[in-house]
Amino acid sequence: MHTAAQVASRSLGSRIWERVKRGWYTFSKNPLSIVGGFIVVVVFLLAVLAPYVSPYPEHAGNFVDFETASAPPSRAHLFGTDVFGRDILTRVFFGFRLSLIMGVVVIGLTAPVGVTLGLIAGYKKNTWVETLIMRITDIFVAVPPLILALSVAAILKPNIFNSMMAVSLMWWPWYCRMVYGIASSLKNEFYIQSAEVTGASTAHILFREIFPNCYGPIFTKVSLDMGWVILLASALSFVGLGAQPPTPDLGTMVADGGKYMPDQWWIAVFPAIAIMFVVFGFNILGDGIRDMLEVEKT
Amino acid sequence: MRLLDIQNLEVGFDVYGGYLRVLNGVDFSMDEGEKVGLVGETGCGKTTTAKSVLNILPVPPARTTGGRIMFKGEDILTMKKNEIRRVHAQEISMIFQDPTAALNPVFTIGDQLMTAIRYSCFDEDLSRREVRDRAVQALREVRLPDAERILKNYPVQLSGGMRQRICIAMALATRSTLLIADEPTTSLDVTIQDQVLRLLGTLIREKDTSAILITHSLGLVREWTERVYVMYAGVMVETAGTQELFNNPLHPYTQGLMAAVPKLTGEGIAPGIEGRIPDYLNPPTGCRFHPRCPHVMDVCRKEKPSQFDCGEGHKTACFLYRE
Amino acid sequence: MSFMNDVILSAQDLKKHFHTRQGVVRAADGVSFTIRERETLGLVGESGSGKSTVAYTIMGIYPATSGTLLFKGDDIGSASKKRSKPLKRDIQIVFQDPGSSLNPRRTIRQILELPLNVHKTVPKRDRLERVAKLMEMVELPFDYMYKAPPAIGGGERQMVAIARALATDPSFIVLDEPTSALDVSVQAKIINKLMELQRELGLTYLFITHDLSLMRNMASRVAIMYLGKICEIAPTAEFFSNPLHPYTQMLLSSIPVVSEQEEELKPKKIVSAGEIPSPVDIPPGCSFHLRCPRKMDICTRVDPRIVTLSEGHEVRCHLFPGASG
Repeated sequence: MHTAAQVASRSLGSRIWERVKRGWYTFSKNPLSIVGGFIVVVVFLLAVLAPYVSPYPEHAGNFVDFETASAPPSRAHLFGTDVFGRDILTRVFFGFRLSLIMGVVVIGLTAPVGVTLGLIAGYKKNTWVETLIMRITDIFVAVPPLILALSVAAILKPNIFNSMMAVSLMWWPWYCRMVYGIASSLKNEFYIQSAEVTGASTAHILFREIFPNCYGPIFTKVSLDMGWVILLASALSFVGLGAQPPTPDLGTMVADGGKYMPDQWWIAVFPAIAIMFVVFGFNILGDGIRDMLEVEKT
Repeated sequence: MRLLDIQNLEVGFDVYGGYLRVLNGVDFSMDEGEKVGLVGETGCGKTTTAKSVLNILPVPPARTTGGRIMFKGEDILTMKKNEIRRVHAQEISMIFQDPTAALNPVFTIGDQLMTAIRYSCFDEDLSRREVRDRAVQALREVRLPDAERILKNYPVQLSGGMRQRICIAMALATRSTLLIADEPTTSLDVTIQDQVLRLLGTLIREKDTSAILITHSLGLVREWTERVYVMYAGVMVETAGTQELFNNPLHPYTQGLMAAVPKLTGEGIAPGIEGRIPDYLNPPTGCRFHPRCPHVMDVCRKEKPSQFDCGEGHKTACFLYRE
Repeated sequence: MSFMNDVILSAQDLKKHFHTRQGVVRAADGVSFTIRERETLGLVGESGSGKSTVAYTIMGIYPATSGTLLFKGDDIGSASKKRSKPLKRDIQIVFQDPGSSLNPRRTIRQILELPLNVHKTVPKRDRLERVAKLMEMVELPFDYMYKAPPAIGGGERQMVAIARALATDPSFIVLDEPTSALDVSVQAKIINKLMELQRELGLTYLFITHDLSLMRNMASRVAIMYLGKICEIAPTAEFFSNPLHPYTQMLLSSIPVVSEQEEELKPKKIVSAGEIPSPVDIPPGCSFHLRCPRKMDICTRVDPRIVTLSEGHEVRCHLFPGASG
């Protein structure tokens, strides 16, 4: 029997490690989840270390060499070169950077906002607060996403930042709705009533009592969303509203390469496969995360 | 030949942290026409045993590592899929604890009941009208008023007691040989409990179905069964005729349970049983009850007791009664 | 107001009505009782009887619709949001299902610390010690501090719920079916612990359960409710040996017991017929008449009044003089 002080002092670290071990056990039950995780880690490393691991880092910027332009895949250029002589493999690695940054920024903005609004709306169900928040959400949801993004991007200058803003605007309502559903169903649980009766503040109830019960769906959605945001961003770049040349962006690369199909197929195909690879990885990782975060029932 | 004869069943679950050795050599047998009670507390393995008999345990993580379940002379554990399906459809039915969870909320009662009947009587080749008639008949048997209307209802429109009666109707309409009722009244109100059990008892007697009533309520068992098995930590610790068990409980666990039940005489409540149920990852050696037993002896820690015969069908797995 | 008369809680014609689309639900419809310090008042009834409604109104989860509710002399008919902090500390509740009364995503330490953090009854650096003391009071090992509810058993979870109720040093605890979901040996442990705590800390309990055998051993007085009204109140021994209301007799006759001795003590078997009516659809006259084996003509027309028959024994039934008033 330990004294309370002894138990409390059992470091936070060892408790976290225990949780990690347990999480890994459930996560690794499904081999696909590990594949997803592996893919995401690989992409992440490639993106971060792009300047160091890509064979021709200077090709990521303004570079022209018509000698080696439009060369098919070879030992020197595993993915071939584009019409400017730039190594496609290198540009794909740098393209991952942009994709991941977009994903992180968009989700980093929309998730906290959407989740907070969803918590408030769900908890304050049947009050004017809920109506206000959810009707605003409805408005944003009603507009077709691509049109909204295109409109925003058309009004503002086409660049990465603005396309991220455009995507964010149509993304936040989904977090709000999802969390709203969970929060409004949890509102009547005994443990919430118990906290209310004790006199806990609303902030405490929202963020310390209800929010932890939303981890599963939220983090699963975050992972799946990374894939979707990347896809959406690529779509925007494809129509010219995202990154501008010469910045390497997977969507732009597919658009540009499309002109040269099917002869110089490698210019479009490899970036397209890269997009698929990333999105697929985040998708199955998302499944694994969902399994891991499900609350265990005795 | 006995209707059901479980011999030395060993079942466990693979989980984080190791292997849960839940059932540690379960012996259970009954004849046709008997009404047997299976009493035990949460976590003792009674639902695991019931699910093993029906062969519906989720196979990973569950693992059957030993024993046989002989139903009418055949081992359920070695049956092929289509044989098991036949057994489910025609021989053994189960009534689950929570009627709300046992009924599919998106189908009408009629859909579910008629499907059950069709499956159980597939060799009889009934017409739609005949199936429907049998469904209505089944609902009348469980004294549900206005059976025709109920067939069109969805489970959510009915009360808990009515839902459980429908589950009973479904189980009995299939004319099974054996009915397993797993805590059929736990989620119901106390007077409704009484009504539902009375009904179940009557129907079982009328149709002469064999039944296993699984519960943690000693009072219910005393009123509704002829023979009782008491289960603790994956082992049957005592079995006897119902009267005999209540007049003369032998196993220290059974005695502890009886003492812990609040009595109408108002004599106060005994302090319950020391300790808590064992950790199946690391179960106690020898007799699994020994860490909590007020009469523990040396041998209890080392050897696992077998069922010792104490006369008149009364057996108990306790070294206190070794001849 | 002082405590001269020793009554800690009194309800006078307490009503709580809910307005739903199906109509007005008279969950609690004119409930009157008193509870004295250190006593345990047992509240019995089937689902729909209103016992939980009464409990939640006392807690302030709902405001009362009408009637008086006095705690230590102060009116507490308002909802908990409007209640003073000292009042919130003084009345606590243990809910029925430990599976849902404890947040599965919080650790035991966090759960027990919440009331301490909200009420600041203990300075921050001493809170861990107070949590430890609470766990000791309910005999939970300190190891459990960082576990989450799903990782521990049902009985232990209920002990956490009890410890949480004790955190603010209350004088009055409402226990809403605290052991209904638990096994009998676990129940025994918890009930004994509750009684021990009551003696040591001078607590008053409002104990709700449908288990009459349990009530027999726990309560000093018992009140039985049906469809929002109290049918009978009496001191425990009197309630069980001399039940007067037909509903009381009906319930007592259907308790499953484990010995011949107890069988003798039950009233003759009365089979309850019919479903419990919905609280939206309460019949006129005495709400129980549809199921009553001793129904008379007046029962279908006039709602009986409560009559006091002997010391502390009140009944609401036309069979007794004075009820038809």
